[in-house]
Amino acid sequence: MSTPSIQPSRDPSVQYLLRLGDTCLILGQRLGEWCGHAPILEEDIALTNMALDLIGQSRALLTRAGQLGAAAGAPLHDEDQLAFLRDERDYLNATLVELPRGDFAFTVLRNAMVATFLRLMWTRLATSSDSELAGIAGKAVKEARYHEQHAADWVVRLGDGTDESHRRMAAAVDTLWRYSSELFDADAVDEAAAACGLGPRWSDLRGDWEAAMGELLADAGLQAPKASTFLTTGKRGVHSEHMGYILADMQYLQRAYPGGAW
Amino acid sequence: MSTLALDASGDIARAWAVLHEVPDPEVPAISLCDLGIVRDVRRGEDGVLEIVLTPTYSGCPATEQIEQDARAALVAAGLGPVRLSLQRAPAWTTDWISEDGRRKLREYGIAPPGPVAPGADVPIRLVRRTAAAAIACPRCGSAQTERLSAFGSTACKALYRCLSCREPFEHFKPI
Repeated sequence: MSTPSIQPSRDPSVQYLLRLGDTCLILGQRLGEWCGHAPILEEDIALTNMALDLIGQSRALLTRAGQLGAAAGAPLHDEDQLAFLRDERDYLNATLVELPRGDFAFTVLRNAMVATFLRLMWTRLATSSDSELAGIAGKAVKEARYHEQHAADWVVRLGDGTDESHRRMAAAVDTLWRYSSELFDADAVDEAAAACGLGPRWSDLRGDWEAAMGELLADAGLQAPKASTFLTTGKRGVHSEHMGYILADMQYLQRAYPGGAW
Repeated sequence: MSTLALDASGDIARAWAVLHEVPDPEVPAISLCDLGIVRDVRRGEDGVLEIVLTPTYSGCPATEQIEQDARAALVAAGLGPVRLSLQRAPAWTTDWISEDGRRKLREYGIAPPGPVAPGADVPIRLVRRTAAAAIACPRCGSAQTERLSAFGSTACKALYRCLSCREPFEHFKPI
């Protein structure tokens, strides 16, 4: 590890974009792990296609975050520096997306949770006061819809399927549900974004998300667990034990061969 | 405003003609112009030819290749140097694929996208494979087709098969 880490700007607009960009980036990385491992070829292609969309969305967001950081006085960081050269505490993705990929039921439920969240988020960001962000969102919302449809399709199929598929889907709900609270936990970063019209507080999306997910789970014969006080803190930079391993995978080449391209 | 009216040297018209011949790297049956991703060709204030492109999908790996191909073709035609820029808004839609492009896709064996349906902004959650499968087979024209996979060999396509002629085919997804 020979390349020094970069320190992204602490400007709230930058942090706001990094939270979203890192959430797309890390879920894209997790979905990419399915390449060659999905239960059937069509799903292998689907999961990696979605990974590609998410990484594309992340690239645009990280690029914009770097530009806003430079405008706020930090050195200009490009998408690659932001993706590969930060330390763990400077990644601001929700903890939900860094959890190991689990089985296929776990994967499609997490995809449904995140795609529904992102669809609501992109819809709101399409009218952001930042025209560049609005442009990114106008494109991404179309992709999120398609991802949501695919994931929800599987949640219903497995939840309302065989005893075994139902058991696995119920176990996925049980494991993943508690991680959704973090998606709706707003703080000063959200307040600043809302105040300048950059985007909604993450908490503003809670009602629509819960309604959509509640309907989906009902269709699938599943039940959302009762709300708990469990609250993860990935988007404040405090991650689960799984994060370091992902970053080691992601960062090794850029750290060992700085600026390497092929 | 008509940019062509200001095109005294004819370079802008020539540039459009060149871009009409540059194939999409992933779907080479159609050109960049057929695909509807060339937003504008204009002369910058410093005299450099500017090409404005709109990306198809956020993660489309062909985006950089498209930029390189467009630049190389324009330079080879003696129109360089060229400045390329990306314009994200309004977002690209398959409604921008030209009629000519749709015909070429069909001839190439890819079912072209239908118009983006009003209300497509609401995700249809439930399994509706049969309802969604009104895509005509590009080989025999039969409407008796079914979707095999929501995602295909590239981000922009889905996999189908024809129940009449039994051939599999790709469908360019309307977005």
